Amino acid sequence: MLGKRSIKTTAKQQGIRLAVSMMDLTTLEGADTPGKVRHLCAKAVCPAPTMPEIPSCAAVCVYPSLIGVVREGLEGTGVKAASVATAFPSGQASLEVKLRDTEEAVAAGAEEIDMVISREAFLAGDDTRVMEEIVRVKEACGDAHLKVIIETAELGSYDHVRHASMISMEAGADFIKTSTGKASSGATPGVTLVMLEAVRDYMERTGRPVGMKAAGGVSTSKAALHRLVLVKETLGDEWLTPERFRIGASSLLNDLLMQYQKTQSGHYARPEDFSKE
Amino acid sequence: MTGTRTQVVWDYAPAPESPDHVRLRDSYGLFIGGEFRDPVDGERVPTINPATEESVAEIAFAGPQDVRAAVEAARAAQPRWAGLSGLERGKYLFRVARLIQERARELAVVESMDGGKPVRESRDVDVPLAAAHFFHYAGWADKLSYGVGGREVAPLGVAAQIVPWNFPLLMAAWKLAPALACGNTAVLKPAETTPLTALLLAEICQEAELPEGVVSIIPGDGSTGATLVRDPDIDKVAFTGSTSVGKDIQAALAGRGVSLTLELGGKSANVVFEDAALDQAVEGIVNGIFFNQGHVCCAGSRLLIQESVADVVVGKLWERMGRLRVGDPLDKNTDVGAINSREQLERIEELVDAGEGEGAQRRTVACELPDRGFWYAPTIFTEVAPAHRIAVEEIFGPVVSVLTFRTQAEAIDKANNSAYGLAAGIWTDKGAKAFEVASALQAGVVWQNTYNHFDPSAAFGGYKESGFGREGGPAGLRPYLRIA
Repeated sequence: MLGKRSIKTTAKQQGIRLAVSMMDLTTLEGADTPGKVRHLCAKAVCPAPTMPEIPSCAAVCVYPSLIGVVREGLEGTGVKAASVATAFPSGQASLEVKLRDTEEAVAAGAEEIDMVISREAFLAGDDTRVMEEIVRVKEACGDAHLKVIIETAELGSYDHVRHASMISMEAGADFIKTSTGKASSGATPGVTLVMLEAVRDYMERTGRPVGMKAAGGVSTSKAALHRLVLVKETLGDEWLTPERFRIGASSLLNDLLMQYQKTQSGHYARPEDFSKE
Repeated sequence: MTGTRTQVVWDYAPAPESPDHVRLRDSYGLFIGGEFRDPVDGERVPTINPATEESVAEIAFAGPQDVRAAVEAARAAQPRWAGLSGLERGKYLFRVARLIQERARELAVVESMDGGKPVRESRDVDVPLAAAHFFHYAGWADKLSYGVGGREVAPLGVAAQIVPWNFPLLMAAWKLAPALACGNTAVLKPAETTPLTALLLAEICQEAELPEGVVSIIPGDGSTGATLVRDPDIDKVAFTGSTSVGKDIQAALAGRGVSLTLELGGKSANVVFEDAALDQAVEGIVNGIFFNQGHVCCAGSRLLIQESVADVVVGKLWERMGRLRVGDPLDKNTDVGAINSREQLERIEELVDAGEGEGAQRRTVACELPDRGFWYAPTIFTEVAPAHRIAVEEIFGPVVSVLTFRTQAEAIDKANNSAYGLAAGIWTDKGAKAFEVASALQAGVVWQNTYNHFDPSAAFGGYKESGFGREGGPAGLRPYLRIA
C-alpha cells in the first residue's frame, strides 16, 4: 500500500525540498582530496543557485582525515560536518582503535559521527559486545551526534535488522542508519520500514525519539520520496525533519534538482544543468 | 548565497485518475445474441456513482421475456461452441484476456466510478486478476481432461451466472472464463448497483468476435436473477452473493437436475498468535478487513488475537487505521473508498448500532468524510463476545470485531464456531503451528501470514453456509463439466 503513493504537483515539490534538506551529502573514497571536499561543501550549502527556494543539505559526510576541510567549508552555514569512524566500513579493529578514530574525528571538528557496529560480534551472537562498543563510542563522541550503522545487507534477515536496531537504540544511538554504502545493498524499502517500526516501538516504550538514516541505494527522486512516505505513515509528520530523518547519498541530489526543475518548467532538465559536485 | 532552511509541512496533493479517457455511452441495452438490444419487457434505470450519488449511465434491466431470449440465444449457440476444438475456444479467451489488458485503465476507472472502490485496487487487483483468469482458463481449454485426472469430459450446456456488486468485473471473469473454456455458453446477470464493467466486457466480447449467443449479459435486480435461475432451459447455476439468496436458489433448483455452485457469505477468522511478526500481521489485518471497504465475502472480519499480545496488536492496529486515507475513490492515494450503496450503508449502521447495544467497545476513526455519497469510516470493536451479532453476522463493511483467545485449541474452536466457513488467516512464525491450525480450520481458503491473496491457479470456495463448489485452478473446471 505504502509503496504505491502517488506524489504529484505541490506535494512533489515540497517532498523534494524536504528530501534535499535531509541529505547527508557524502563522499567516502580513497581518492577524496581537500579540493573535492571543498566543492562538495559548496554544493551542500547551496545546491542550486538558480533555485533559491531549495534549502541547504543537512550535512556533509567524509572520512575523519578530511573533517577539518569540511569544517572550514561549512563555517557559519548551519550545515553539519559529519565523519565516519570506528574502522569504517568493516569495523574490524580493536575497540581502542575505534575509540581513537572517533576521538580524532571529534577533535578535528566533527559534529556528527557515523559509526559501524561489529557485525562480526553481532552475527556471532555477542550482543553485549555490540552494545558495549556503542556505549563507549557514544562517550567518546562527547557532544557530537552519534549515528549507528547496522549494515543491513550483512545481517541476513529482517529479524536481525530489527534486533540490531533495538540494541543500537538501547545503547544510546541518536540515529540508526542502514548502511555504509559499501555493501551489496542499502536502504531497501523493506529494511527502511523495519527500522522505522523499531524506532516507533522504541519511542513508544521509552519516550526517547531516535532518528533514522537511510543510506545507500537511494539514488532517484522517486526512491527518496518513497522513503519519506514510509516515514510519514510509520512515524508521522514529527519525523519529517532533518533532526530525525536523513538520507545518505551522493548522486541523489542532482536527480532531486532535475525533478524539481521539471515540476517548474514542465520539461526534463539536462544533467549538465547542475554542477556535479 | 545560502539556501533557506524552513520546516516543510508535507501532505500528498490530490492525485486523481482522470475519467476523461473513458468512453461510456449514456445508455446501455441488454447484451443478447452478440448485440445490444432494447429490453422487451424490462425497464431502464440509472446506475449511481456511490461517491457522488450522480448517475453514471442509464442501464436496461431485463424482464422475464428478455431473460428467456438470452437463454434461447445461449442454447442456440451452445452446440457450435462446444463443437469447436479446445484450441479454438482457447484462442477466443486469450483474445478477451488481451482486450481486458488493453482497456485496463478504462475498466479500472469505470469500476471505481460505478462501485466506489479505490482506483488503486481496481487498477492493481480487479482488472489484472480478471485478465489473469481469462489467460488461465484459455490455457485449460484444450487440456480439460488433464484437469480432471484424465477422464472424459463434456460441457454441461447453458450456464446461468449471477455475480455480486463487490468485484463486478472480477467475478464476471471468475464465472465466464471456466464456463466458456469447458464449452458451455453463459447468461450472466451482473449486480443491480454495478453493471457497467460487465457491459464493457460485453463490448470486449464483440471486439473479440466471440460467436453470437456464447455470452449474454443481462443486468437486473433480484427478480431478474430469480427468473433466470427458474428458466426451464438452463443446465447450470453459478451464484456468488448472500447466503439467504443462495438458499432460495438451492430450493428453487431442488429436483430439477440443474448443477449448482454457490459462493456465499462469510465471517472469516483472522487468527494472530503471540509469536507472529506483529507489524506484518497488522498490515495483513488492515488488508483483510479494509480492502474494498470490507465488501469482501472472505474479509477477515473476526479478528482473533492471542490474549498475551492483544493490547499491543490492537494498539498498533488503531494507530495504523488512523493513517488510512478515506475519500475519493478515483484518487490514487485513497485506501478506503465509498460504500457501494445506501442500502449497504444502512446495513452497516444497523449492525454497528447492534454491537454498541450489546456492550462491545466501538472506536471509529475520526476522519473527514465527503458531504455527498455513501461513506463509513474504519471502525474497530473490542470487548466483543462470541455471542454478539457483530461476531456472528456478516457486516460487509469496514468494521472489524476483535475477540481474544488463550490457547491454540481455543483459537481453533472459536474460529470454527461459525455458520460460515469461507476463509481464514493464520499469523505465526512457527511453521508446524501454521500447518496444524490450518488443517483444523473449517474454511475453504486458509492464508498464512498474508490475507486476501488471490490467484487464478488457486481454488476458492467455502464450507458450511459459505457455499460449495470451487472457482479457480483445475478445481474450477469441474463445476462446468460432465465427467465420465
